[in-house]
Amino acid sequence: MGGLVANSNVLVLPVLLPLAAAAGSLPMGLVWQRRWAIVAVTAHLCVSLVLLFWLARGEVLALQVAAWPAPFGITFVGDTFSGLMLANMSLITWFVIAYATASVPENTQQLAFYPLALVLLSGVSGAVLTGDLFNLYVWYEVLLMASFVLLTLGAARTQLEGGLKYVALNLIASAFFLTGVGWLYGSTGTLNLADLSRRMEELPLTLPRIAGVLLLFVSFGIKAAVFPLFGWLPASYHTPPVAITALFSALLTKVGVYSIIRVGTLLLPSPPAALVDVLLCVAALTMITGVLGAVAQTEMKRLLSFHIVSQIGYLVLGYALYSVAGLAGAIYFFLHVSVAKAVLFLVAGELEHQYGTTHLGQLGGGYRDRPMLAVACFIGAMGLAGLPPLSGFFAKLQLALAAIEQEAVWSLVAALGVSILTLFSMTKIWAEAFWKQAPNQTSPRASVSWAMRVPTVGLALVTVLLGTFAEPLLGLSEQAAEQLLDRSAYLRAVLGGS
Amino acid sequence: MELLFAVTIGSLYAGALYLMLRRSIVKLLLGLGLLGHAANLLIFSTSGFRRFAPIAAEGRAPLPGEVADPVPQALILTAIVISFGVLAFAVVLIKLTAAAAGTDDVDSLRTSES
Repeated sequence: MGGLVANSNVLVLPVLLPLAAAAGSLPMGLVWQRRWAIVAVTAHLCVSLVLLFWLARGEVLALQVAAWPAPFGITFVGDTFSGLMLANMSLITWFVIAYATASVPENTQQLAFYPLALVLLSGVSGAVLTGDLFNLYVWYEVLLMASFVLLTLGAARTQLEGGLKYVALNLIASAFFLTGVGWLYGSTGTLNLADLSRRMEELPLTLPRIAGVLLLFVSFGIKAAVFPLFGWLPASYHTPPVAITALFSALLTKVGVYSIIRVGTLLLPSPPAALVDVLLCVAALTMITGVLGAVAQTEMKRLLSFHIVSQIGYLVLGYALYSVAGLAGAIYFFLHVSVAKAVLFLVAGELEHQYGTTHLGQLGGGYRDRPMLAVACFIGAMGLAGLPPLSGFFAKLQLALAAIEQEAVWSLVAALGVSILTLFSMTKIWAEAFWKQAPNQTSPRASVSWAMRVPTVGLALVTVLLGTFAEPLLGLSEQAAEQLLDRSAYLRAVLGGS
Repeated sequence: MELLFAVTIGSLYAGALYLMLRRSIVKLLLGLGLLGHAANLLIFSTSGFRRFAPIAAEGRAPLPGEVADPVPQALILTAIVISFGVLAFAVVLIKLTAAAAGTDDVDSLRTSES
């Protein structure tokens, strides 16, 4: 097993493969675009898994593009954290693309759906693997452009209105990002994350440097949809076809939190106490407002969109605790929440396909019509709520232990309270859509093809596996967290020498 | 020169914020455009008006005289192209939205929120 020698050139493949596939598939007809996309995503998944296999051994790979040495050239870096993220995102994209072949309406698929999804995957991989602040901005724009078009594909009125809010808020976030980059470059003279990290430690924390980092945090916060910057998410995420929403929930907001953790640990190795307090408050308020919004909803896709916000709070909490245990909890939570969330969105898509609605009041009797779907929904919902032995339980347990260790009692109380409300709203979904008697007017409309059923059940299985293999995965998360906090391996891999 | 830059960038940010807080969809778009320019100019100003020298190969003599750092100029070249592309998309989106909704008042665009 150890015979395979890690090659850092592979780091560029997760970015190049989907991008080249997207460009190549543009002139093709829909049938070939579909096959091509599945081949490309499968290849991406294979590369990601190989990378994860290498990175899980604990070494940090760095690729200097065109052999320009570190602070001057373009750097790609992979460590355990980015490896885990990449494999997780790639796996979900694989299932969602397979699901999209049957669930996204044919005329929407024809509007370059597959090339756009591939560009999105490429942008996300770039953002996860880049080792340079300005390149992070560029990858962000790549994935945002793809997501803008995916969100408004087909141009229904709700999509346009939701899309407008999404585009406007994200453009503001990008401007904040650029401003922060400008201030950091102006005050340190470098953009390479490793080099920046070193200089931020050596140079005094002056106002422009603090402001630069804070601007980056605000920008990532908008993209990740934390309190109070999340308004655009529940307004826009439920409008496109469900497969696109599932893709967004697994990739977009998660990249925002990924950047908070990556940039935060590199640029502020010892965060000021005031910032930690603010982040703890933000995390708690994100959880609470998100879940309260969800509890008030009766439409399944909107309910789930609010839950995205609420779950982001747990991830920020893991970062704000700023310990190995906290970060490990956040990383495992990442793996768990993207899968559980995707399962629920895919279930919502199947219900919409079959009954023509996702309003809980008009649904019912799903358990009789579709027992497998009911089980998949139950697994996803209980996993999200955090019932043992599913993945959410271990994720929340780890975060709770970390909170006790850091004596963040109020965060712990908030996290547990929100869990109960999550359980409540998840029970509501399951009881309304599957358990109660069907209202008279709804009868199954269309049959659901296997291309939709298999990915839903497959992803539900992944949730179970995440829970079953919680121990090795938590071990990996812990290793990733240790690497994040002890930056020496990262700096050595990028900058070389000392 | 520094003062001129500071005032210009500051007014661009202020103008952008003011326009984005208006209710008209077109003013939102103009505000977003200004915001992009403000950020680009700010990055440009970090090249220092007479500070860093460009990268030179080892052993080569640095350029004579005062030179500005070329990196921020390369950066904003990228940023300008990107913001131009995104803004072009936003123009089309706003036009379609206004046509679909029959209004240019941002406050009345609420069908996706209920």
